[in-house]
Amino acid sequence: MPEALKKLLWPLAALGVLLLFNTAMNPAFFSITISDGRLTGSLVDVLDRATPVILLALGMTLVIATAGVDLSVGAVMAMAGSLAAMLLVDMQAHLSAVIVLTLGVCALAGLWNGVLVSIVGIQPIVATLILMVAGRGIAQLMTDGQIIPIDSSPGFAFLGGGTFLGLPFTITLAVSAVVLTIVVIRFTALGLFIESVGGNETASRYAGLSVRGVRLSVYTFTGLCAGLAGLIYASDITAADANYAGLYLELDAILAVVLGGTSLMGGRFYLAGSVVGALIIQTLNTTILMTEINGASVPVEYNLVIKALVVFVVCLLQSETVKQMIMRRRAVHD
Amino acid sequence: MPRVAEYELVELRGIVKTFPGVRALDGVDFTLRAGEVHALMGENGAGKSTLIKVLTGVYPRDGGTMTLDATEIHPRTPLDAQRLGIATVYQEVNLIPELTVAENLSIGREPRRLGLIDWGTVKRRGKEMMARLDLDLDVTLPVRSYSIALQQMVAIARAIDQEARVLVLDEPTSSLDAAECDQLFSVMYRLRDQGLGIVFVSHFLDQVYAVSDRLTVLRNGRLVGEFETSKLPRLELVSKMIGKDAEQVEAMDHAPKARPAGDHPVVAKATALSRRHAVSGVDLEVRGGEVLGLAGLLGSGRSETARLLFGIDTPDTGTIEINGQAVTTHNPRTAIRNRIAFTPEDRKDAGIIPDLSVRENIVLALQGRRGWLRRIPFHEQQALADQYIKALNIATPDADKPVGQLSGGNQQKVILGRWLAMQPRLLMLDEPTRGIDVGAKAEIEQLIAELCSEGMALLFISSELEEVARDSHRVIVLRDRKQVGELSGEDIRLDSIMSIIASGQEAAAHA
Repeated sequence: MPEALKKLLWPLAALGVLLLFNTAMNPAFFSITISDGRLTGSLVDVLDRATPVILLALGMTLVIATAGVDLSVGAVMAMAGSLAAMLLVDMQAHLSAVIVLTLGVCALAGLWNGVLVSIVGIQPIVATLILMVAGRGIAQLMTDGQIIPIDSSPGFAFLGGGTFLGLPFTITLAVSAVVLTIVVIRFTALGLFIESVGGNETASRYAGLSVRGVRLSVYTFTGLCAGLAGLIYASDITAADANYAGLYLELDAILAVVLGGTSLMGGRFYLAGSVVGALIIQTLNTTILMTEINGASVPVEYNLVIKALVVFVVCLLQSETVKQMIMRRRAVHD
Repeated sequence: MPRVAEYELVELRGIVKTFPGVRALDGVDFTLRAGEVHALMGENGAGKSTLIKVLTGVYPRDGGTMTLDATEIHPRTPLDAQRLGIATVYQEVNLIPELTVAENLSIGREPRRLGLIDWGTVKRRGKEMMARLDLDLDVTLPVRSYSIALQQMVAIARAIDQEARVLVLDEPTSSLDAAECDQLFSVMYRLRDQGLGIVFVSHFLDQVYAVSDRLTVLRNGRLVGEFETSKLPRLELVSKMIGKDAEQVEAMDHAPKARPAGDHPVVAKATALSRRHAVSGVDLEVRGGEVLGLAGLLGSGRSETARLLFGIDTPDTGTIEINGQAVTTHNPRTAIRNRIAFTPEDRKDAGIIPDLSVRENIVLALQGRRGWLRRIPFHEQQALADQYIKALNIATPDADKPVGQLSGGNQQKVILGRWLAMQPRLLMLDEPTRGIDVGAKAEIEQLIAELCSEGMALLFISSELEEVARDSHRVIVLRDRKQVGELSGEDIRLDSIMSIIASGQEAAAHA
């Protein structure tokens, strides 16, 4: 079996267990109904809500594969929302111009991270921390610290709330982004270059790769992904909320990448794994919300602890050390 | 020299160790006496490492007996083995560079007083431990402030503390220069005379002959034999290791040197090349169809010269011409575009991408030159990989195996394949034969001769002067970061190179 498929087994198994748990607790979990020409149900909901984290995880996977990390994606999401609100509401700009400009600015924000990491030589965690703080600050300045409603543009509302092919439009966006990324990465030599730089930077430079170019492009791409995620989020809530848009989502994105089997040390990466990782996280969120014990739902304050526990278990299952310990135990019993 | 009465300290009989699909050790015997240096010889894959790992508790044995002082032992971890008195120092020094010598020597067994670390005792004990090796150094300085050789001594001192009876040295000399080796050897003699049994693993035949009393040869997981070093001719040893007869080895050693044809153009030329703390005033040119050797001791400026030519470092002054054109911006990418290739001496840190497959490692430089958009189609990648796996005789089950899992010699061949795939005009090899087995060494030397006869220019750097002498058409001798001599044709002999290096050292001493 190819290595990439083998790596996908554990995350898929974890996702499967979560889904089974949901059906056990709530037999209606898998049911999908049609209302207003749109499929609705928990599964559709999970896919819809997972879109921002899937987008963030795509970029994050590539950054992590170069042995870096990007903490600023949540803040860039907030920037995207605020900028779009400013352009749409205050300046009455055309929707396509708004999208292009916003994505462009977010890509530039990513490029800024790339410059700090690959040219200035700051450690990724510190370099992107700067934009994590500054980005949200800028977003708050753009909106004067207020929540700006965006209700004038039906086109904008379609991004996060529209229906396309009977499904939320976000799903089309997410699937296209994933497919496009995988195609570009794997059908060009970029994937090889990224894995090479993450696997051994010095050797990559000596082999004639542009280490700097590779780093600049992955951080820029991550900025772009965060921009799109920010637009979707703002469209979904039909407002720019600089305080809460994308808050802590960088952590979910990193978690999705790790759950998907990509090592934080860099090197080999698994885009499909990261997508499954993002789905695990969103399913978990939904699970906690929907699970009822003795007719009462789980109190909201348990959410984070339960989430941490499940993630902990999945990480344990993926750990080589734990796998070996289980194998050894089994060998002894045999 | 007063020697402790020799007796059988460690006896391994019929040791068997299997891994899935491989019988790594197949009934191997090994006897270590107290007060001897015993060399363990064999090509990569012979079973040396596995035998050592069985001895030092890294692997449990699957069969056979192992006794220490006639008592059966079953070490289960390296720590376990150490408690029994079997100490090991590996190739890579395992010390914490930022901590002081004394702290490193006491890590994990800190003397305590009232629950706190007793720093006075730490220092005193550190001093005593180094004194056992007859070394007097400031134990309050951080380990990193000492040379690799001295760091290794510290590692040895740390290992043999606590009543060690056996000391295993795995490739201890691979990063030492000649003087440092002598220093290490005198420590080994001293410990031997204190009654320790020392197992010595090295790829350097000279060192094995200089330092060992007896040697055991393994091949393909089996015992070939145990010999007294002084009674085994070198050629015979090599033939036992590689399983070829002596005539073949003789032929290998004296392969006729193809003369460089005069009409090949100059590929690279350096004039008055200088860089602070690297080299000063290097003048060289290398033509197609010739091997230019760079000889000198460690730190003489050999690698530094190659790094300047490949554009890793920028010269402060001096010029580089490639194919007759002066080079202005110089970095590895432009060098590769000019079809210059370079295999660095630190294969692990600067050569291989360990997680990537053999195929990916081989196509890397070629793909890098084509750019990210024009990906080499998979079937072409596979064909390239298969071609070089075959041509260079790379031992790997398939092209998908991660390079990090191959042996050193095969990793080196993969890097060579990477460069050959882009058909370089100049191939610079920095220590291509370091740390690899005798068979692979011979193959690489043969490859150098073949490439050269096909018209490629080669720059060859090796610490083993015999290799430089044997394989080069011209040799530039470097000393203390300066170019001090050049030899060509019949003048290239080991003694002539050594006399240039040595005479300079005398001159320096008189100055």
